[in-house]
Formats: sequence, structure tokens, C-alpha cells
Amino acid sequence: MQVTNKLSPFFENLNFERDDNTMVINFGPQHPSAHGQLRLILELDGEEVVKATPDIGYLHRGIEKMAENMTYNEFLPTTDRLDYIASTANNYAYALSVEKLIGLDVPRRAQVIRTMLLELNRIISHLFFIATHALDVGAMSVFLYAFREREFAMDLMEDYCGARLTHSSVRIGGVPLDLPENWIENMITYTQKLPDAVKMYEDLLTENRIWKMRLEDVGTISAENAMNWGCSGIMLRGSGVKYDIRKEEPYELYSELNFDIPVSNSCDSLGRYRLYMEEMRQSARIIEQLVLMYPKTEPQLMAHSPQYISAPKEEIMTQNYALMQHFVLVTQGMKPPKGDVYVPTESPKGELGFYIKSEGEPYAYRLKCRAPSFYHTGLLQELLIGTYIADVVTIIGTTNIVFGEVDR
Amino acid sequence: MRKYVPKDNVQKKSYYTDRFWVAPRVPQSDVEEGSHFASVVEALGDRVISAYVSVGQLIVNIKHQDNYSTLETLKDECGYKVCTELSAVDYLAQDGEFEIFYQMLNLDEALRVRVVCRIPEGEAIESTVPLFKSANFAEREMYDMFGIKINNHPFHKRIIMPDDWEGHPLLKTYPLQGDEFASWYEVDKIFGKEYRDVIGPENRDPSRIDRYDTKRFSRVGYEVDFDADISQGESKTPIEYSQTVLVDYTTGTEQLDERR
Repeated sequence: MQVTNKLSPFFENLNFERDDNTMVINFGPQHPSAHGQLRLILELDGEEVVKATPDIGYLHRGIEKMAENMTYNEFLPTTDRLDYIASTANNYAYALSVEKLIGLDVPRRAQVIRTMLLELNRIISHLFFIATHALDVGAMSVFLYAFREREFAMDLMEDYCGARLTHSSVRIGGVPLDLPENWIENMITYTQKLPDAVKMYEDLLTENRIWKMRLEDVGTISAENAMNWGCSGIMLRGSGVKYDIRKEEPYELYSELNFDIPVSNSCDSLGRYRLYMEEMRQSARIIEQLVLMYPKTEPQLMAHSPQYISAPKEEIMTQNYALMQHFVLVTQGMKPPKGDVYVPTESPKGELGFYIKSEGEPYAYRLKCRAPSFYHTGLLQELLIGTYIADVVTIIGTTNIVFGEVDR
Repeated sequence: MRKYVPKDNVQKKSYYTDRFWVAPRVPQSDVEEGSHFASVVEALGDRVISAYVSVGQLIVNIKHQDNYSTLETLKDECGYKVCTELSAVDYLAQDGEFEIFYQMLNLDEALRVRVVCRIPEGEAIESTVPLFKSANFAEREMYDMFGIKINNHPFHKRIIMPDDWEGHPLLKTYPLQGDEFASWYEVDKIFGKEYRDVIGPENRDPSRIDRYDTKRFSRVGYEVDFDADISQGESKTPIEYSQTVLVDYTTGTEQLDERR
């Protein structure tokens, strides 16, 4: 037994000298491939993991607590900081649940723009996944290529809302801005180029001997286990369960769009990697359809609902009553009806849902963010057992967890 | 007279309240005969206290003792194989109870059920980890954030806050900026309690300005040296404006620019 004090802290590795000869190592929270702030306490027998305990909370900022102390519109930019790789998905999930709470219909142009941004954000997130996952596994060049394409996508995002990571580009009731000039043209150029880029990554990786050796049959999750652990998104579809919220419980314009849901029955990391590749193609396909829908829409961008949503700026500047309502909504905040709502959406990581309990006050009584990464982190304690220490990095990479939304 | 501040709920309140404002309700409808939800309510039998449909989801109120058997029935008989979410809402101030909800998903029907139960303060709820492993982390988070104890949880420990933390952050009695314990936590842990006087409590208010802090702030017209002690007051320094000298390079003369 160690005697610990401030000068000689507890060293877990001293376990190594025990008779059963298992070594306890700390993986993270500063490990570069721990995807942010994950601390894994791994008990190793030789190179094999006997026990894995994920320790989270290093990035806890109390976002759910903040939600109880902010008005609904004030809180929206905070949702950017959940899954900071795909901010629009968070903004959207939050905005949608508030809209469901107050029963609001969003104008069609706003819907088209939102869906476009969501899919563009999905591409950004998936490119980030493939870049960092390949880098973790050891393929440096894919990282550079994928970040090049991601940069173009982020430029498009920047052209639209001015921000590259924390977009806040979806608001409760619609979107704040119309698409800028030439944005559609740039978008079409990008979506036309993207499949070639995806093909290049696949050429680099799919048949690559090292890539296959590192990913095949690593991190295998059976369908039963995936459901039991609350997996969603690609983690679920990678286990052969065909469930995509965009298809099964359609929101926004997804019921009008043609796209396929790729499913993999291999249940391993390689299968999941192929799903990410295919989803990017599908996202490009969705955006191409949305581009055609855009010109047929009316120019209205925010829902008309004076009780909850401020009028457009022209009206506020010209009409007295609109200004008064805007003043009330800014100083006091909107008061949604009493009741609670849980709205699931398909974020790039999986099922992102917001549970909002409203007591008819301008502050949410309780807001719970159902983050997909939180459950995928929980899965690690079972998934890592029996694997080798070298595969730990692959498995963390393939779960695609982001600590902004794990710790909240 | 000092304004009354309720101690049982220290969260932000709305500044302006309309006495005559009656908040509307999110629309609720009864469970339709013959629908999938009706069969769920039937399968749950007399455990159901009340059931209704709201925003496309079935909401079932049960007693907190029935949580395990209800979820078991939902999983085995009704096909709700995924427990997507589980957490609590603090109603201690109003009713002395917590509201716990389980968000269930049926992948075949693409339908969701929310099982809601109320549990008095101080009572423990049965763990649902044997049914859904996803409840492992979620229940730990519920314990961490609200202090609701879980019976038979395999690893009943705090998850997000440190193990030696005091208090449960999502309670309505817990202030947003943290309580007394939180402000001393890092000082006590890193330096020891004896350093409290030297270091002072942690400042959790990002907009706080210390009147006597000359390291980060300076008053216009009262500029002093960096880190000077101004607790006894500081002398006024007259404001000096920069002067512009106009140089005529052809003649080599300099002239002070007249300030307008």
C-alpha cells in the first residue's frame, strides 16, 4: 500500500509489481489520440486489456445548468460548444426541440438552408473523423488531404455565417440570413468535387494492407450489444441495424429527399469507416437536390409568430408594434407553453436529442442534452476488454467521440 | 426591506412577471384505440397511472417502485430495445420529489415512449443496468447531478464531477456560479487549506473587477505603476495627450501641430 501525500502522489503503475502482474496505465487525459479529454484507466495483462474504466468530466462546463439560467435564445450559441466539430447539428437539434415545444412551422426557404447546412456540417464532421482516425492509426497523408477538403467546406460555412467552428447559423424559428451571392455555385462546385476526394481517400485506405490489418475485426460490436449500450448513428448502422432518424422519423425536408442509408454487417471498425465514406457521398447527393429546391421557395426566412419570434429587421425598423414585441422578446425572452418534449435528430455522431421541460417561464426548467458520444464512451468499458493496447487507439477513433458533448 | 430570495430555488428568475399570464400547455391527446401505443399501455397493465400522447410520443406515468418491471415489459414484450436517455428533473421545492424519465425507442416501429415516475427525496431507485447497459453511465450521471441514489448499480460513483466533490450541481438549490465548497476546492486540493488566506476564493464571476487590482486594470486619469498598492488611495495623474510634430523636410523646420 502506498502512502500518498502532496509531495509523493499516488502512482497507479506500482500495481505492476504485484504477483498477478497486471499493469494499470492511464491513457489520457492529455494523450493526443484521446480525442480531447478522455482518461482511460486500462488494466493490462501483457499487452491485453483486462479492464477499462473511462473517466470523463475533464471538459465539464455545466451546459445543462447554464440552460436553466438563460433564456431560450441566449442559450442557442452555447449549444455550439457541445459537439464543436458539428455545431450546426447542435444548434439545429436545440432549435427544433424548442420549435416542437411551441409548435412552430418554419418557412420553406429556411428549411432548405437548414438542411443544406446540416449536410454540409455532416461532411465537415465526417472529414474530420477520417482525418483524425487515419492519423491515429498512422496514415499521416490522409489527414492532410481530408483537412484540405474540410477547409473548403468550412470556407463555405464561413461565407454563409461568418464562423468556421461555432456557427450558430440555425436560430429558433428559421435562419437569420439568406444565402449570399455565388454561394450556390460554390456549393455545387464543392459537391461535384467531393466524391472524387472521397474516392481518393478510399483508394489510399480501403485496400491498404496496414489499414486493413489495423481496422478489420477490431472493435466488433454485435447488433444486440449496440442496442443495449444505446449506440446510435454509424455505431448502430455499423452493426447491421438499419436505423437512421432522418429516414425513420423524418424531420425538416428529409422526407422529400432521395438518399440511401448505408449499413454494414461486418460490425467492425473497417465497416464503420466505409459507412462514413458512403455517408459523405449521400450528403453531397442531398445537397445537390436541395440546390434545385432553393429557387422555388419564398424569401421568408423566420417563422411568423409574434409571441415567440421577433419580426424581420425591416419590420422592426419600420413598424412600432414589431419593435415593441422585439423589445419584449429580447429583454424578457420567449415563454414557451408548459410541458416537456424530447426531439431526436441524427447528428453526424448519432442520435442527438434535447429534452426540454418548460414551466411556462422564459428559462427552461430542465434541459437534458442526449449526446451520442456520451453513450459511445460508456460502451468503451466493454468494447476494449480483450483487445490489445495498440487497438485501443483505433477503437477510440472509430467511436468518433467528441468531449464537448460527453462532458457537456 | 431586503428583497425576498427563495432559498430552495436559486436559479435565475424572470425579472418581469405578468400577473395575468396563464401559460398554455403543450397539446396532449389520449391514446388512440387500436394504435401501437394502446397495445403498450395494455401490456403495462395496472402499473400505468396515466398515459397520453404528446408530440408523437407516448408518455406513461408509473410509480417509482415499478420502474424495473415496466422497462422489462417494454423491452421484452413491446420491442423497446433501446433506452436512449434517462435523467431527472428537480421538483424538490414544489413537491419534495424528483421526476425521473426513461426515454425508450422501438427500432422496428420507429416510435418512442417516455416512462415518467416521481420519487421522494432521499429514496433510492432501482437500477435498470441489467436491462439496458446504456443506463450504466446515465444513472451515474443522474446520481452525480441530482444525488439520487441507485440500488444495485454495478459502479455507483460520480462520473462528471470529481469523486470528492460536495453537492449535486443540477439541484435547484445549487447556484450557477458554484457554492462555498466549489470556490475553495482547487485551493484546498492543490495548496492546502492553510493557503486560503494567501490565494483567496476562486473567482467564478467572469465580469468581476477588483477595485484595487493594478495588475490587470487601471483607471483613466489615475494611472499607477504595475502591481502598486492602491488600497490607501492613489494620486491623480493628469491626462497627457500625444503631440504631433510636423516636420518640413525641405526647410528642415519643425512645428508643433495645433490641437483643434
